[in-house]
Amino acid sequence: MIRLLYFAWVRERIGLGEESLPLAAPALLSAIVDRLCGQSAGHAAAFADVSRIRAAVNQDFVGFDAMVRPGDEVALFPPVTGG
Amino acid sequence: MFEVRVQEAAFDLGAEHARLAALGPAVGAVVSFVGQVRDHSLRLEHYPGMAERQLAAVLQEARARWPLLGAILVHRFGVLPVGTPIVLVLSASGHREAAFSSAEFLMDWLKTRAPFWKQAGGDWVDAKAGDDAAASRWRD
Repeated sequence: MIRLLYFAWVRERIGLGEESLPLAAPALLSAIVDRLCGQSAGHAAAFADVSRIRAAVNQDFVGFDAMVRPGDEVALFPPVTGG
Repeated sequence: MFEVRVQEAAFDLGAEHARLAALGPAVGAVVSFVGQVRDHSLRLEHYPGMAERQLAAVLQEARARWPLLGAILVHRFGVLPVGTPIVLVLSASGHREAAFSSAEFLMDWLKTRAPFWKQAGGDWVDAKAGDDAAASRWRD
């Protein structure tokens, strides 16, 4: 199992701030995002253009080629706009 | 004293400055920056935990680059009307150059690394290419 967190318009398009996804073995983040796109029309809309998505695993920024392991906290969100 | 905070409440520039100013006789310069809401009121969303973690990482990077005696980063979230302070950066060093440069660096890096998202009206604010350029000029 992994914990997924969504923020800003990613959260709004999916309609959830947080969910769990079964994960039995390590997988590429890109493969996990592909799986998520099949979950609902909202997921597919949120991740239609991954060039507009940033990701973090266990609260550190990663690329889509990162490995995700069972138990990880994975966050998907737009480029940050703080400051 | 090196500290990062993420909070909904307002901050007190004078009080934070006084804490750095009182660090000791080696402090010769304290630079402060306050960012405030411009044009339209904002709602700021953040990623609790990662926000603090990334601000702390930015602060660590500044400490590796300049001889800092103290620094404080405070970033607010929630609903913030026009004219309200959003972000506070304070940097203390023996001399002004390190304090000025590190304060600018801290702002530039936190804008591209701290997980906060601004919403104005119903619209999410897009990230600016200029912010990436400002952050990247500090590499090496």
